[in-house]
Amino acid sequence: MDISLKNVEYRYQADSPFERLAITDVSIDIPSGTYLAVIGHTGSGKSTVLQHLNALLKPTKGSVVIGSREIKAGRKEKNLKGVREKVGIVFQFPEHQLFEETVEKDIMFGPMNFGVSERQARERARAAISLVGLPEEILEKSPFDLSGGQMRRVAIAGVLAMEPEVIVLDEPTAGLDPRGRKEIMDLFYTLHKKRNLSTVLVTHSMEDAARYADEIIVMHQGKVFTKGSPEHIFSNPKALIELGLDVPEVVGLQLKIEEAFGTKFKKISLSEEELAEMVARFLEGGGTK
Amino acid sequence: MMEKMIIGRYVPGESILHKMDPRSKLIIVFLFVCVVFIANNALTYGVLAAYTFLMVGMSKIPPRFLYGGLKPVLLLVLFTFLLHIFLTKEGELVFELGWLKVYEEGIRQGIFISLRFLLLILITSLLTLTTTPIEITDGLETLLNPLKKVKFPVHELALMMSISLRFIPTLMQETDKIMKAQTARGVEYNSGPIKERIKAIVPLLIPLFISSFKRAEELAVAMEARGYKGGEGRTKYRQLTWGLPDTTMILFLGAVTFLLILLRG
Repeated sequence: MDISLKNVEYRYQADSPFERLAITDVSIDIPSGTYLAVIGHTGSGKSTVLQHLNALLKPTKGSVVIGSREIKAGRKEKNLKGVREKVGIVFQFPEHQLFEETVEKDIMFGPMNFGVSERQARERARAAISLVGLPEEILEKSPFDLSGGQMRRVAIAGVLAMEPEVIVLDEPTAGLDPRGRKEIMDLFYTLHKKRNLSTVLVTHSMEDAARYADEIIVMHQGKVFTKGSPEHIFSNPKALIELGLDVPEVVGLQLKIEEAFGTKFKKISLSEEELAEMVARFLEGGGTK
Repeated sequence: MMEKMIIGRYVPGESILHKMDPRSKLIIVFLFVCVVFIANNALTYGVLAAYTFLMVGMSKIPPRFLYGGLKPVLLLVLFTFLLHIFLTKEGELVFELGWLKVYEEGIRQGIFISLRFLLLILITSLLTLTTTPIEITDGLETLLNPLKKVKFPVHELALMMSISLRFIPTLMQETDKIMKAQTARGVEYNSGPIKERIKAIVPLLIPLFISSFKRAEELAVAMEARGYKGGEGRTKYRQLTWGLPDTTMILFLGAVTFLLILLRG
């Protein structure tokens, strides 16, 4: 399913003393099957953009097209369930949305809201819980008896069980330990590939953006600052640093090596392996250009 | 949706009302609550309304914002109005529709009581809109200080108040966040049949309760970690200063009260 934002503007609390312009003139295209990462400083409008992707917020100017549905500024929109079924959002700290008596019921909650039968929802819950790497016994437990990391996984399972075509992730690994972090990011990436989903990842982690995304959008002060492939975005680290952002560690290392040897490699490497190989080749060549 | 609520909310500003001492504002609100009951005819209610709107004007808070925020409360006012219309059975019969009988006194009472209600809400909202929670609490604590002699826990009460006021916006934000998360999971809060909407409250309330308890616990730990042990021997960073506007405003309300007593029927 394709999503595109056209010249979207959003003001929080329009017409009140608290009015605040969050984003202006944001145009983004997310063709089906893309893995898009949105990076930017706190308050750059990332989360506001994200909430437009399934009509949780309606633009105050411009329009959002989600699949065959167009959401335009200034128009009353009814019946947005169809949109929300296809676009699943994993919010920051999704464990705060858990409420049912058992994990199973909580995971079934989403699918059943969208009219999936109880039997099917139960099957989906079973499938989703093993997807997120938890044992099936946990389905009978209360979500509030679980550890923080387990709760996070259960909440994610609740979104996956809706079987959306687009998954939107708002810092899904914030507050997790490094291993849990990697497991969850890998899970989303495998799903992205296997089910041919579109994935939108809002993140602070340049590493994640570099590792998984096909395309990166840099937001700054409510606007799209630049967009492009990870190689393109990280090949200009100065611009990012000026925005208060960082480059992935590998890129930082490459820059330091280049400086130390007074050379410039052909391209920006996004993984340790790639960099190692480039450096090896460079040294074999005698350490000169 | 939640962002429109103005109950307990402070709007920064530079108006006279903003600059007044919280104590004088509290006294005025308290007096106003009593004075409201003096009015008993159209003229006196007119005076009260004029006073209230003068205050709203002086606060420099955009009326449109005030109206938007008070919308949910207006429903309550309307309910009071209808209750009076249907339940008061005094005076001339104005009209009847089957079992429904509306009397003259009912309409009179309905209008007056709902007006009284509305003015009270406006004045008290002005207090919270122009005074930061911390100022209100400080003011209240000083005003209630004499009660300490009879072992009334003034400091604890003030602290409780400031904590609850402080957390209203946080709770609103949290509500908004959870509503969005559940909406994304297919719950509909703004449309659909009433029965479904009522059912939709459970997935909202349970997470809210849980996070509130958690937050309360964290706050308690944080307070203890910083050595909080009650009001004994605690000094204040902010000093309250009583100025000319404060005396003037109280005298002004006194004059209005006098006028009301003269005009009352």
